[in-house]
Amino acid sequence: MQELKVLLVDDEEEFVTTLAERLSLRGMATRIATDGEQALRAVEAEPPHVVVLDLMMPGIKGTETLRRIKAGHPAVQVILLTGHGSARDGIEGMKLGAFDYLMKPLRLEDLLEKLHEAGRLAQAAQDNGGNS
Amino acid sequence: MSRLERFRSLFRTALDVPEEIAPERYQALRRKITLLLTTAAVVPLLILSVINYHQYRATLTREIVTPVRGLVNKTRHSFELFLAERASTVSLISQVYTPAELADERNLNRIFRAVKGEFPGFIDLGLIDENGVHASYVGPYNLKGKDYSTADWYQQTRVKGVYVSDVFMGFRRFPHIVIAVQRMTDDGHSWVLRATIDTGQFDRLIASMGLEPESDAFLVSTAGVLQTASRFYGAVLDQLPLPMPPMTYETATLETTDPAGRDVFITYTYFQHADFVLMAVKPRADIFKPWTTLRSDLILLFVTSVALILSVTFGLTDLLVRRMRASDERRIAAFVQMEHTQKLSSIGRLAAGVAHEINNPLAIINEKAGLASDLMELAKDFPERDRFRGLVDAILRSVERCRSITHRLLGFSRRMDVNIEQLDVNDVLKETMSFLEQEALHRSITTSVSLDQAMPRIASDRGQLQQVFLNILNNAFAAVPDGGSVTLATWLRDPDTVGVSIKDNGKGMSDEVLRHIFEPFFTTKKTSGTGLGMFITYGIIKRLGGDIAVQSKEGAGTTVSIFLPVKAAPTATLGS
Repeated sequence: MQELKVLLVDDEEEFVTTLAERLSLRGMATRIATDGEQALRAVEAEPPHVVVLDLMMPGIKGTETLRRIKAGHPAVQVILLTGHGSARDGIEGMKLGAFDYLMKPLRLEDLLEKLHEAGRLAQAAQDNGGNS
Repeated sequence: MSRLERFRSLFRTALDVPEEIAPERYQALRRKITLLLTTAAVVPLLILSVINYHQYRATLTREIVTPVRGLVNKTRHSFELFLAERASTVSLISQVYTPAELADERNLNRIFRAVKGEFPGFIDLGLIDENGVHASYVGPYNLKGKDYSTADWYQQTRVKGVYVSDVFMGFRRFPHIVIAVQRMTDDGHSWVLRATIDTGQFDRLIASMGLEPESDAFLVSTAGVLQTASRFYGAVLDQLPLPMPPMTYETATLETTDPAGRDVFITYTYFQHADFVLMAVKPRADIFKPWTTLRSDLILLFVTSVALILSVTFGLTDLLVRRMRASDERRIAAFVQMEHTQKLSSIGRLAAGVAHEINNPLAIINEKAGLASDLMELAKDFPERDRFRGLVDAILRSVERCRSITHRLLGFSRRMDVNIEQLDVNDVLKETMSFLEQEALHRSITTSVSLDQAMPRIASDRGQLQQVFLNILNNAFAAVPDGGSVTLATWLRDPDTVGVSIKDNGKGMSDEVLRHIFEPFFTTKKTSGTGLGMFITYGIIKRLGGDIAVQSKEGAGTTVSIFLPVKAAPTATLGS
């Protein structure tokens, strides 16, 4: 299994850099983006397997970012993060094609589990895409 | 200010009552409306009744007196005709015959018999010469030669030419009148023809009036001497014991009291050519017999109307004020309810906002501590590793605690997916109750269950309902002492709503506590509670489209009622 490529998107830089480091320590190739535009550019530059996307961000909203990523790269799996009480955003996101959603603060075990599941799905999709 | 405005303000002033919703407000309202309505209805009625009373009375008097007047008038005419006829007869004789012819008693006798045959009532006929001496006489008495020169009637005849006397007894010892006519011979000698007439004729005329037994009618002289017998006021030639009415040729009526103390109406008329007055006396009581009946009818009508007005006014006012009070109270209750709901919703939003804001820094702490832990574990040689591991774990545990609080504040249940299914509320309730069976047994708490088995299944979330029931049951168990009782009931409130009630006989709550029961972090369990149970319960019930109400009395117990829709609420399908 190839190295899992993860893009972390969150406007809280402290959060996103620290999480990136922790995931790197666990053998993942991580990149970070602090807003929606950056995230879209990063996906365009090199599509990751999984995007971890915070829903509440300045600039392009999380849901809009998700929509655009899924439009350009349907194979990329997106895990949503929300700090908000209403699960409505999460469910909305699921309808737009997100893989799953998690609540902040994260339990690392939960995140790792979801990342691996999503990663397997993304890799399988990429392989299929490559064959056809 | 327009006229309408002024009218309105007048009413406002008249019905000025305390605005505050208190018994005084409704008492004042009741009093003022009743007074206003009663006055508005009774005063015109009273005025109408008084006017009617007088109007009727006047009309009735007129109605009764008018025929009497007609009768009196007619009878006077009869009297006057009677007298005029007799006077004309005497006058005719005096013109047709010379004094010489009349002085011959044989002639006089012939004439007298003819006249008597033609006109009843003539008693005698006589010629008086210029010296006032009866020159010839025909009649039942021997009056020839009698000297009248000093008699009053003779003097008056000499002056007036024609004379009709008052009634008198004279020598004849029965009532009669004298009619005398004076003539002059061609040579300047004056002579008088004199006839006496029986006033029995008068009695017949009076009798022809056909008066009722209580009434009276009589002829009286202007001097007040009775000319005919009266039923109540004396015999012929007695002085009338009533004051003479003022002189008038019109037929008039006056009210007075007779010597016997009866209130009477006197209808009278003065004769034009004789000094007589015809009087008809009717007792007032008689006249007013129909009036008295009418009056009592009027009074009865008035009293009945007033009673009716009063009862309707009281009834109507009572109803009106009662309705008003009920609606005021409903309005206040709705207002309080709305305020409460609004407050809870603001608190909920605030709590959610705070929780959300805290989640981000909490996430940073979480990751930083996690990274610290990662690095420490990865380092080959880390001094005091165990000590640091303990510190980091403590930080992570605290984060976990905060996380659980914020997540609960945000209303997350363990299961994120909303799972609306057709379920039996009774089953969910029994299932939840089973969690607490051990505690109930241990503390000998009596649990009684009265479930409506015929209730329809409802569309709702089993897990969330369980959480709700468990929260409430936990509170109930915490409130009752050992040996207390908890009662569960379900029922179908209406075809679209089922009701669930959980009732305990525990320590209850004060109104103050009750007011804050759904607020987050409000707890009476000083050490063990998070203060989020009822807050979350409230949120879940609202999201499921239901309603929750708590009644409590300090020392007596608490009843929590939950109402759930049979069909899933749209908010529930969106999920939470």
